[in-house]
Amino acid sequence: MEKFHTVVSTITPLDRSNVDTDQIVPKQFLKLVQRTGFGKFLFHDWRFDPDGKPRGDFVLNDPQYSQSSILVAGENFGCGSSREHAAWALKDYGFGVIVAPSFADIFYNNCFKNGILPISVDRGTLDDLLKTKSKVTVDLRSQTIKYDGKTVRFEIDESRKKTLLEGLDDIAVTLLHESEISQYERSHQL
Amino acid sequence: MDGRTLIYIDRHLVHEVTSPQAFDGLRMNKRRVRRTDLTFATMDHNVPTSNRSLPIVDQTSATQIQTLERNCKEFGIPLFDLHSPYQGIVHVIGPELGITLPGTTIVCGDSHTSTHGAFGAFALGIGTSDVEHVLATQCLVLDKPKTFEIRVDGKRKNPHAVTAKDIILSIIKKIGTGGGTGTVIEYRGQAISDLSMDERMTICNMSIEAGARAGLVAPDEKTFEYLRGRMYTPKNYDDLVDSWRRDLKTDVGASFDRSFSLNAEDVAPQVSWGTNPAMTTDVTGAVPRPDEYARGSKSEESAAAKALEYMDLTPGTPMTDIRVDRVFIGSCTNARLQDLVEAASIVKGRKVSGNVRAMVVPGSQQVKKSAEELGLDRIFKDADFEWRESGCSMCLGMNPDILSRGERCASTSNRNFEGRQGSGGRTHLVSPVMAAAAAIAGHFVDVREWV
Repeated sequence: MEKFHTVVSTITPLDRSNVDTDQIVPKQFLKLVQRTGFGKFLFHDWRFDPDGKPRGDFVLNDPQYSQSSILVAGENFGCGSSREHAAWALKDYGFGVIVAPSFADIFYNNCFKNGILPISVDRGTLDDLLKTKSKVTVDLRSQTIKYDGKTVRFEIDESRKKTLLEGLDDIAVTLLHESEISQYERSHQL
Repeated sequence: MDGRTLIYIDRHLVHEVTSPQAFDGLRMNKRRVRRTDLTFATMDHNVPTSNRSLPIVDQTSATQIQTLERNCKEFGIPLFDLHSPYQGIVHVIGPELGITLPGTTIVCGDSHTSTHGAFGAFALGIGTSDVEHVLATQCLVLDKPKTFEIRVDGKRKNPHAVTAKDIILSIIKKIGTGGGTGTVIEYRGQAISDLSMDERMTICNMSIEAGARAGLVAPDEKTFEYLRGRMYTPKNYDDLVDSWRRDLKTDVGASFDRSFSLNAEDVAPQVSWGTNPAMTTDVTGAVPRPDEYARGSKSEESAAAKALEYMDLTPGTPMTDIRVDRVFIGSCTNARLQDLVEAASIVKGRKVSGNVRAMVVPGSQQVKKSAEELGLDRIFKDADFEWRESGCSMCLGMNPDILSRGERCASTSNRNFEGRQGSGGRTHLVSPVMAAAAAIAGHFVDVREWV
């Protein structure tokens, strides 16, 4: 996995709560057998009308956000289905950071597996971020978001932080514990 | 260890949609599947539910199904394929085959893995990267979840009309779709003990709809009897039951990070009106106003307004005035034998309303066979229901079973998200008996008046 660098970008505001992974990638696009190329399906049914034309009222179709790599959204982002396609689509589209008051557990975990940093913030910070038009700096090493002259610190689990910063392969890290796993297998059989 | 906690996985269930990229990852890194004896695969999400002797028309679905066949062969994983008498929805066949056991850890690349918690297993839905991780290491990296006690005391007033589905929808309606985030729910209390295993699976299945990592019920004699003598039930079963009886109980005086309680006597048949499972009301109620639903939360209010627009519903409309075009009885939530028996009891001797298309999709080939032995297929077909082959079907519409734009469906599935059952389709979540009654009447009815 690529190492996570500091992200400097304007934000894309999506102030909706309970955005489920069925909206992030609708089911008709889950039939592919590879991990790549899901960006074009991101928020498909919100982005395009039934004839496939971009909907003018959806934020991703607003040209001012086309270079943004920080998505700012409402509570419980990524709820529902476990489909990792949601994380693949966000990453492929160009989002490296997602900021929300809260995330659904499986989605949150899937982000780290794909080099996306999900950040939980309080509602006040969220409202500030939704409004800001200037560039926002997200620095994982110092665990800070800087915008409009303000600095907000965010929490993140140390091992998850390390995984992102160093771009670690989770499986390789686990396999370092081969002897403990084998020992467990010998003593527990079910 | 390096700041992470590893848990060993006792059973890994695999299906065609969330596994191809995981197997590719193994191949790319020259890794093998560590425990082929603890890994089981089936195909369920995009299998056709029509005649299985015909080729699959949708080429992308066919590719995904063939990819699973190829991967299982290459890596040596047992597969219950499209022609197996044991094929079915992964969460229906796990318990049915005795793969699911109390006290075990179970994962699957599917959020409804929480279903297996009904047996006192710790069962988690995971993403594809974790599927690859478990295939390669038989372990999962996990943060310790918080604990959430949900007590359901009392007795249901009319257990034929008020079902497990109504209990879990009532819970989600109260605690919200993020109410269980970061927790594992333990369901307990008289009304939970009273439930059959099929009913407990319905409850645990929808734990994820409250955002929980997992949901479980302490195993009891019903659990042990259910699993006795099944295909994969271990040989030393009696010894295991002795140890489970001793060890797998709720600790006396156990403390939980959170608690919530509900009295089963207060539970009425439920119908969802919105686009997430918390947007649900009693069948005797009406479609709420967004501000009434939101109780002060601006984001909830705008979500409810969007939901009503999508669902084409007007506040104040009695739920029983809402007409349906389609009825779907199926899914890992409600397609086990008891669900079909109960739905058939409503349907028997009646006819599906002229403007409704209704289908029953059994959860597995074994459920289908048992139902046919009881003559349920005849009851449904005589009433003009379609009687299908097993699979996930219209719960998520990855196969040809989908709603057309604007169609309204009474569905026994678990998610009423926008477009879930087909782009522009409108889903109302209900129990099997409520779905059956809606099929007959052509609109929602309070099924308590029928039984």
